[in-house]
Order: sequence, then structure tokens, then C-alpha cells
Amino acid sequence: MKKRLPVSVIIAATVLGVIIFIAIIGNVFTPYGVTEQNLLARLKPPAFLGGPEEYPLGTDRIGRDMVARLVAGLRMSLLVALAGTAIGAIFGTTIGFIAAHFRGAVEEILMMIVDFQASLPFILIALTLLAFFGNSMTLFIILMGLFGWETYARLARGVVLSAAAQPYAKAVVALGARPIRLYTKHILPNVASALIVQLTLTFPQIILLETSLSFLGLGIQSPNTSLGQILGSGRDYLSTAWWISVFPGMLIFIITLSMSILGDTLRDRLDPMLKQRNT
Amino acid sequence: MLRFWSIKVLRTVLTLWFVVTFTFVVLRTSGDPMMALLSPDALPDEIEQFRRQWGLDQPLFVQYLRYVGQMFTGNFGESLRTHQPVIEIILDRLPATLLLGLLSFALAAIIGIPAGVVAAVRRGGAVDRLLMALAVFGFAVPNFFLGICLILLFSLMLQVLPSSGTGTFWHLIMPVLTLGTATAGTLARFTRSAMLEQLEKPYMRAAMAKGVPAWKRIYLHAFPNAAIPIVTVIGLNLGQLIAGSIVVETVFAWPGIGRLLVSAVSSRDLAVVQGLVLVIAFTMVMANLIVDLVYGLLDPRIRGGAR
Repeated sequence: MKKRLPVSVIIAATVLGVIIFIAIIGNVFTPYGVTEQNLLARLKPPAFLGGPEEYPLGTDRIGRDMVARLVAGLRMSLLVALAGTAIGAIFGTTIGFIAAHFRGAVEEILMMIVDFQASLPFILIALTLLAFFGNSMTLFIILMGLFGWETYARLARGVVLSAAAQPYAKAVVALGARPIRLYTKHILPNVASALIVQLTLTFPQIILLETSLSFLGLGIQSPNTSLGQILGSGRDYLSTAWWISVFPGMLIFIITLSMSILGDTLRDRLDPMLKQRNT
Repeated sequence: MLRFWSIKVLRTVLTLWFVVTFTFVVLRTSGDPMMALLSPDALPDEIEQFRRQWGLDQPLFVQYLRYVGQMFTGNFGESLRTHQPVIEIILDRLPATLLLGLLSFALAAIIGIPAGVVAAVRRGGAVDRLLMALAVFGFAVPNFFLGICLILLFSLMLQVLPSSGTGTFWHLIMPVLTLGTATAGTLARFTRSAMLEQLEKPYMRAAMAKGVPAWKRIYLHAFPNAAIPIVTVIGLNLGQLIAGSIVVETVFAWPGIGRLLVSAVSSRDLAVVQGLVLVIAFTMVMANLIVDLVYGLLDPRIRGGAR
């Protein structure tokens, strides 16, 4: 029997839906462009704090409209996180399948790399690669994709190893199916729920990774913008223009919080084994 | 017992060797290591000396062996900017980070573990829900945002705490609070589920039937058993703390290795980055080894099995 969804989950889903919708439609709220400057209207407070009416959420240090900046930053942060999550999931699952299929030395080496990545905080690996290779959009997206692949690899390998011993897998192989068909058509659907749960857990973490790096000035670079980058750029103006940092920070927080709430619920629903341990 | 310890130690050495190899490979694939480790305006004889010092005139395999040897003996070269030995710069900054990290962890444990125990005992009640809501809040809030909110509140509005720097007890409060919050949330959630698992076990019912008072059942029977998995989470959380300190030290201008790493990456002071990665990796791997060994001591069952 399914329980009714808690109020917190409904709120989280609605909020997230609205945020994604805004990111898709883009800035329809103000007439200003992302990079459009107005040096006569620098560091203006939001309209509700007595700022000019035409800038509902105020302006930044060179008079760019905060609404336009936030929408563009939101779009970038979500896109980067989405790309990173997708790359990590596909790459990790494939590696897991390969390890489980070939066993032996291949498996040992792949799992050693998995252990290596799991033993270090990812931001350390990311910073090393950024330092040595220099920052670029391509490297940055690859970095986001490298995050969390090891969890998918472990998950996929474990599932294949246990599935391969089951009658249905043996039957499919006996009927003459190629390994690739066995993995994509028969085993993948069985791991799908575990993978989806993992996706909802990695997505907010990638958002945090991207915003942290951008906040430190080592992620998304101008003229592109992301929520973390806007937040970081407002750090020097905390005493005069706190809104530049606080609005993107609140957005990031709302996104990660909603995703965590949804992820927890999804995990409880889709994974009865975990439910026993976590409730 | 000996088998358990030797497997753990072997895995630790293997991971460290992996980290060193990783930096070697990255250094090689990113271009000429000479150009990466020396400033562009280095004189020809400087380059020549550097080449010999790092053995870059030798075959790749010999270079690799020398590199591994140097890294394991703590010879990380010199900073491009200050020309100080990298190891000295790192050791200079390490105490500040250790102080911050240990205090944050202590704070997280003092808040998180009791909160988890209370939530487990009051399972499903209002207290449980409130505590768990706070825990989710704690690890979902980005640390840089929490730090900035604290600065706005305590430094700019109330003007009671310094917004950055170091020196007095007051400088410690906000960084420790910022860094400890996420760990406290994780610990609370984990302690709760570890406690719940124990509270459901038959021995708890036996203790109740025997007439053991509630506080004794919880703190002397269930908690010691729940403590075992909590110890492993501490090991995992060290990584979270280090990752957090990179950001938190930058927010509060705390003179530790996290901020050193960020500025070294920004200015591409590669010798410093490389040294820091190795030192941090070494610390983490060692901490994990200690946790594993403590785990083995706490739970005799682990020692029996191979892993």
C-alpha cells in the first residue's frame, strides 16, 4: 500500500517544478539582458527595499539587472549539473558492466580506480585538474561528469554480478543473446530504480560542486554566469549590496534542499531494503 | 588478526601509490613539466639545474621511480612565487586547518550524536521530526552561503564577531559553526538509523523484560553497539570536512591549507598544488586506515573475515 505523500515532498516538487520552468522559459520578467550594464544604476537595492521599480531584485556592481543575472545563472547551473549527472551515470554504469562482464584483471584494475576516487574528496581531484590543465568550459563539464561515476560503477557491477547468477539471465544467454543485449535490454531495467535514486542523490551534489568551484572563482567564468559565480562576485559587496550574494545563495539552497527531500522519498519508495534501515 | 591488519596496510600503501601516480600522469599529460613547474621567465641555467634536480634528463621510467621516491620523502619542490620549499609552506599552514577541523568535528559530534540518539528514542514524534528536519537543513545548506549569512548577521548587522582573519577565540566561532553544520546533520541522521537498528533487536526487549531502566538500556546497551557503524562514518566525514574547509577558509580568510590550495590553483602554483594534494591524500588515507583498525578492535567479527 502506498502512503499519501507528505506535505514537504509536495512543496519540494512544486518549488523545483517552478524553478525548472523558469530556467526553461528564460528571462521574461524584465526587459534587460544578462550583460546589459547601466553604470548610472549600480548596486541598486531591490524594489521592495526602496530601489527603483524597473529593477525588482536590484542591480550588481556594474548595474546589471539581478533578475536577468539570476535566471541566466540558474539556467547555467542546472544545465551543467544535468550534463554532469548524465555523463557520470552513463560512464559509471558502463564501467560497472564492463568490470562485471570481463571479471579478472580488468575488474581488479577498474575497481582499484573506483576505490581511489572514492578515497579522496572529489573537489581535490577537480582542483588538481583545473590547476594543471587550466580552466575551460569543456574541462569543467568533464569534471562534473567525473563526479560520482564511481558510485554508479559499483552499483552496476554489483547488480550484474548478482543478476548473472539468476535463471532469467542464464535463459537469455542460452537463447543466444549477445552480452550487450543482455545488459541493455534485460539487466538495465532491473537496476533502473536504484540508478534513479542515485541520480537524485548526485544531482544536488553536483550543483553544490559547481557552485562551490564557481564561488571560488575556479568554475564558470565571465561572460558566462552561474549561481555560484554571482554569489562569489557579491562577496566584496556584502556590507553595501548583500542582495547580490543572498539571492543566488537562497536559490542554490532551495534547489539542493528540494532535491534532497525528493531523493529521500524516492529512495524509500523504490528501495524497500534501504527503507528498513533508514526509517 | 595479522591478516586483517596486513590487508588494510597493503591497501593503504596501494592507494597512496595511486595518488602519486595520478599526479605524475597529470603533470606529464598537461604539457612540459618544466614549463608547468617553473615560471615562464626562468633563466636557461635555472631550467638546466631544475632538469637535473628532477631528473628530467633520464628515461621516463627512471623519472617515474625518482618522482615516487621524492614524493614519499616529502620533497615536493619549491613554490613558483615565493621560492620557499613547498613542504615548509604546507607545514606552516597546517596547524590553522587542524584547529578548525578538529573543533568543527567536536562541535558536530557534540550536537549530532545526541540529537540522533534522542530522535531514535522518540521515533515518529514531533521531536524526531524537528531534529531530522534540522539535519536535512544542515547538510543541504551550501557552506559558502551559510558562511555569508553568518557574516551578514553577526559581523555586519549585530557587529559582534569579526568577519575574517584569525587570532582570537572570537575569530573561530563562525568558521567552526559553518564547517561543523553539515557534519552535524550527517552524524545526526546516521546515529538515528544506527540506534533504530539496535533498538529493534531482541536483546533490547530482553533487557526491558529484565527491568533495566530506560536510560541504561539506551546508553549502556544500545548505544555502544550503534557506536561501531558511527565510527566508520567519522572516517568518511573527514573527506567532507576537508572539502568543506577549502571553501570555508576562503570565505573567512582563514590562513589554512584550504585557502592555500585555492590561491595556488588560481595562480597555477603547480608545485604547491601537487604537494597539497599529496599531503591531504596522505592524511585522509591514514585516517581511514586508523578508522579501519579501530573498527577491527571494536568489532571482533570484522577481524575474522578478510575485508
